[in-house]
Amino acid sequence: MMNTFQFDTASLLVALPEIFLLSSIVVILLLDLFLTKGFKQVTYYLTQASLLITGILSYSLIGQPETLIFGNSFILDDMASVFKVFMMGAAMVAMVYSRHYLTQHSLFTGEYFVLVLLSILGMMVMVSGYSLLTLYLGLEILSLSLYTLIAIARKRSSAIEAALKYFVLGAIASGLLLYGMSMIYGISGSINIIDIAAFASDSNLGSRETLIINFGLVFLVIGIAFKLGAVPFHMWVPDVYEGSPTSVTMFISTVPKIAAVAMLVRILVDGLGSMHAYWSDLFMIIALLSIALGSVVALMQTNIKRMFAYSTISHVGFVMLGFVTGVVTGYGAATFYILAYVLMSLAAFGVIILLNKKGFEADQISDYKGLSKHSPWFALMMLVVMLSMAGVPPFIGFYSKFFILQQVISAGFVTVAIIAVVFAVISAYYYLQIIKSMYFNDAEQELTITAPMDMKLVLSINAILILVVGLFPDFWMRLSLSLF
Amino acid sequence: MTFDQILFYVFSFWFVASSLAMIFSRNAAKAVLFLILSFFSAASIWILLEAEFLAIILILVYVGAVMVLFLFVIKMLNIDKSTLRAKFTGYLPLGLIVAVIIIAEMTLVLGGNQFGLDVVSAPARHAADYSNITVLAMQLYTTYVYPFELAAVLLLLAIIAAITLVHRNDVSRKKQSISEQVSVQAKDRVRLVSITSPKKENK
Repeated sequence: MMNTFQFDTASLLVALPEIFLLSSIVVILLLDLFLTKGFKQVTYYLTQASLLITGILSYSLIGQPETLIFGNSFILDDMASVFKVFMMGAAMVAMVYSRHYLTQHSLFTGEYFVLVLLSILGMMVMVSGYSLLTLYLGLEILSLSLYTLIAIARKRSSAIEAALKYFVLGAIASGLLLYGMSMIYGISGSINIIDIAAFASDSNLGSRETLIINFGLVFLVIGIAFKLGAVPFHMWVPDVYEGSPTSVTMFISTVPKIAAVAMLVRILVDGLGSMHAYWSDLFMIIALLSIALGSVVALMQTNIKRMFAYSTISHVGFVMLGFVTGVVTGYGAATFYILAYVLMSLAAFGVIILLNKKGFEADQISDYKGLSKHSPWFALMMLVVMLSMAGVPPFIGFYSKFFILQQVISAGFVTVAIIAVVFAVISAYYYLQIIKSMYFNDAEQELTITAPMDMKLVLSINAILILVVGLFPDFWMRLSLSLF
Repeated sequence: MTFDQILFYVFSFWFVASSLAMIFSRNAAKAVLFLILSFFSAASIWILLEAEFLAIILILVYVGAVMVLFLFVIKMLNIDKSTLRAKFTGYLPLGLIVAVIIIAEMTLVLGGNQFGLDVVSAPARHAADYSNITVLAMQLYTTYVYPFELAAVLLLLAIIAAITLVHRNDVSRKKQSISEQVSVQAKDRVRLVSITSPKKENK
């Protein structure tokens, strides 16, 4: 067998963000060893700097023509670049919030930042993955870092339990995903998305081929739904959210969601888009169950992290509804939704972390009683986030729900839209409950805000963005639509 | 029946039988030994499929390294079997029903109708001088160089994760501090205690 492979070094330039990030991970990892206790902050600043530069490199690649390198297993297109820029931005904000939490709970170690960077590398691989193998490897890099990040608070038994639960269930989900991938590979004869797409969209596809693709498709949908945390594969979400250190919970609920949506797009839209009629039915059931269960069960929660876990489940349901429509505008609306959700979730967990102090986690809803009297500004920020998540105009959460429902109705699923709206109204109750305890109840305990200035500033900007993007959503909407 | 087929059925029988024996064996150490046997049978089937390199790797890495580690862990942990089996019978009916349904569905979809020899032609046998490893290396370092690098990152991550989770604080680590050893003085280590010795009683 002769080697016909052409390796052009110049083609590596389109993978520059990944290459840079991996190099800086290695540098930070080694440098951290030699830093004495007083200089540990250097790791933090280097992490932020490498995230920033990776973001800038990704930004500079926006607008490049679609390029496939590494034997068609890596794709550079606008979706990859835009998602990477958003992921870097979200990760930087998350790091600013995390630093306060980590110093308060004495978890500030160099490994934490290295693991976060590695998980981001995994997500970038997923976003740019154009073969089943690279997508899977990216997912494993992401998951393995997340398991470790949760267990990093090893003095807390709840964190160990959460990590173990996530690990076992994640391993099963990875197995199912791999099994589905092997079916698709077995019938199409390729692991590259581009070849799978060509195979699946062949007009004279036999019933045998369709059957096997469908068989694999079910497993792929299960794997993706697990990673997104959609019902009935949501069991891990509340326990992991509650048990993890809050900074890790914030990270899990934001950046990886973008990567999971990217993986969904790569496999189901780019690869098996012609099989849409088969997977959209599965998606609709999963989406409606997620919206219903997420909205109803969250009503009973007293722990705010657990409540946000169920709220995530219902938000994920909305994102999946966008993919049910099967039209480009629907996919755009789903992308808009997930990016908006990441913005809101960051701010929500930011407020939780803001109230953290040594030996105290502000994770009960009753902890927010009387916040408006103690700190009117941050109570207002939380008010903005909660109203936005509930879907009240003019915040971004309203428009994200609005675009999804608009697409769902124009695709002819009026009943589905009505069910989704009903549960969205029900879910407004628990968001308003937090507002009620902030504004109309007296504080049960002394609230102190020990957060540094940079965190307060970033959190304020984050919350104000929710309002500003909500007032002018057309830029984000056009950006989301241009990706498909 | 050709010789190949006889070999295939023998290895497959041992594969399935040892896997079942592994699940149902009460002794954890025996279960590991059965697992080794099932790995060995799987490797034999791979050799029949002309995947010699993978077969050897399976035996070297899984049987040689991972399973030995498993044995060590099992011997060290001293797992209480009664707690492991406590809920076994409770979950058995439901588990059996689910397993039967899944097996039925899989045989329907993946049976001979879909993947039989009349549908998918048997792969051509290679000549005796065909080198499996050369072809694999050629693919691994060219077409699949990106996944190959990613696997390396995954291994690096695994190392970092393991050290992060197991590494304890500096306090509990026994390390040698040379500067302290050099600058140590007699009064730090030796304490002179004046003991009043009882006077000898002269008879």
